Amino acid sequence: MLDQHREYVLRTVEERGVRLVRLWFTDVLGNLKSFAISPAELENALQDGMTFDGSSIDGFSRVQESDVLAIPDPNTFEILPWGGKDAAEARVFCDIHRLDGSPFEGDPRQVLRRHMKAAHEQGFTFYVAPDIEFFYFETPEAGKVPVPLDNGGYFDLTTNDATGDLRKQTIRKLEQMGIPVEYSFHEDSPSQQEIDLRHTDALTMADSVMTFRLIVKEVAASQGVYATFMPKPLEGVQGSGMHVHLSMFQGDTNAFYSEDDPYNLSPIAKSFMAGLLRHAAEITAITNQTVNSYKRLVPGFEAPVHISWARNNRSGLIRVPVPKRANPLATRIEYRSPDPACNPYLAFSLMLAAGMRGIEQGYELPDEADANLFEIGDDVLAKLGIEQLPQSLSDALRVMERSELAREALGEHIFEWFLRNKRDEWRGYKTHVSNFELDRYLRSL
Amino acid sequence: MARGAEVPGLGMLAVFSDPLSPELARTLDLGGYRWKALASADEASDAEPGAGWSGAVVDCSGDSESGWAFARALRKRDSVGLPLLVLVSGAQLSDLALRDELFDDFCLSPFHPAELESRVRHLLWRIDGGTRPEMVEYAELGLNLETYQAYISGRPLDLTYMEYELLKFLAQNPGKVFTREILLSRVWGYEYYGGARTVDVHIRRLRAKLGEEHAGLIQTVRSVGYRFGQSRWGH
Repeated sequence: MLDQHREYVLRTVEERGVRLVRLWFTDVLGNLKSFAISPAELENALQDGMTFDGSSIDGFSRVQESDVLAIPDPNTFEILPWGGKDAAEARVFCDIHRLDGSPFEGDPRQVLRRHMKAAHEQGFTFYVAPDIEFFYFETPEAGKVPVPLDNGGYFDLTTNDATGDLRKQTIRKLEQMGIPVEYSFHEDSPSQQEIDLRHTDALTMADSVMTFRLIVKEVAASQGVYATFMPKPLEGVQGSGMHVHLSMFQGDTNAFYSEDDPYNLSPIAKSFMAGLLRHAAEITAITNQTVNSYKRLVPGFEAPVHISWARNNRSGLIRVPVPKRANPLATRIEYRSPDPACNPYLAFSLMLAAGMRGIEQGYELPDEADANLFEIGDDVLAKLGIEQLPQSLSDALRVMERSELAREALGEHIFEWFLRNKRDEWRGYKTHVSNFELDRYLRSL
Repeated sequence: MARGAEVPGLGMLAVFSDPLSPELARTLDLGGYRWKALASADEASDAEPGAGWSGAVVDCSGDSESGWAFARALRKRDSVGLPLLVLVSGAQLSDLALRDELFDDFCLSPFHPAELESRVRHLLWRIDGGTRPEMVEYAELGLNLETYQAYISGRPLDLTYMEYELLKFLAQNPGKVFTREILLSRVWGYEYYGGARTVDVHIRRLRAKLGEEHAGLIQTVRSVGYRFGQSRWGH
């Protein structure tokens, strides 16, 4: 199988006149990394991998053990849709290994691989479909408030929607790269877009999210504008989230579906949800990894604040969408806190780990919270046992640090590095004196 | 004048017919052959594609003398023996005698299009069967099985290996309905990770890459599976 795969890739490179093959991988924070090799090197790379110095990559090796091996995954080989006709370029995602061939524990893709494999050993395949939001702005100037390209609103299709053309071009490129789009529209805020991807297994989807972010930015740059996945770029309007639709399949059967249940949710689905809810706070530093992420998770902007679930209540952390025509295959849950600035490999890994913990230990799903939680006082919520998500990166790190689940799911290497790196970020933020403070205190105090 | 479906990788036929028989042109076009009408053996040398001619069709039913001269020149030039078919009228059958070395097969003209097409196909297969790139074609889709390249309307399709394998299997069996399980076992070949849902994901990706215009080549057959192209008997 693998040999044919390699043969296919090598032959395609030859036939299509590919001049450059980009080897892609991801650092711990979810930044796409790439180095290019010539087609002549490719056969060797597919066979034995390419060595590079990992110590310069965030969250990779310590200096004394710095060399790692990038081994291309031939199934992810794709011609890039923006190379010229005579100088085609291709990309292939890599798994990072140690020089002895064992998986490298600092590689987020290897982490997700490990979780997919563990779920598979219990008969499950984990499917995800993210709804990704982002903003277009004029090319940003340092220290200035970003300038949107339009003032359109939700589902707008008018001259207001100057960004429709950008979206169309982006979708065409996504489809060329084998990333099918389900919906796309103008979101609520000025110049804000949403593109919903069709579900695939979580590993393929994490690759797709990386490709997606690059394509969105490339297309924007080609038109002289700027695309950002920053969770809350504008004050006073909605931020950008990445709601993730989740389902588990056992072979061809949707393990989340049950005919007998009034919610059409199987015991497996309920335990999975219970796992996500119980461990939600512990994994929030990963699903929402920036200081800015927590400015999105506030009441009043359709982002979740409380750890709760409901069928049709968009203030909860988990929503259970009602499938069209009660289609058993479409039964799924929607996890609403993640933002598009996360590392998708790690975020999917932790969602899966939390859900699987619920299944393994048979967690009990709490009652549905169908009221609008934004309108209920904190004291009432406390009585109902409904807690809040962490309020800041600092809070989230504190909960994560104590989480045995997060430590185990990420592996010691990433867990330690991530906490160290993010505490640094928090320290940097804490010492910053903001406009808010100057406006509020300078004259009055 | 090159005609026929533009299928890169498939060879080019040298055609001598003076005046050019419209019926011959039509038959070759409908058969999906790429061909070039040539006025002389010199032109056959000048216009020869990089990969060489894959065969020749020489129409002797018009200008018989020039036709045979063309065939002889090709034979002389090409010691390997380019597969060559001549068209002769009923009255010219006796011309075949003592010219056995000049042709590999003949067809009576006026010809039955289906017969000529079968003879050309068989000629190419018999002489060159093992070395000609094997092609799978359907409407505007072409797959070159030797180079793993797929084309739609002459535009190359960039596919991953599994997308290519799935499309190949479907295109080799047009009009047939396959369940997800069959596709999984025939294309992936083993109990794959994602179960039959993997098939749905790959079909979607294929449709996306085929583009809106051609996405309909792969049809969903409700509660059964998928079908490529039209049913042979239905449409």
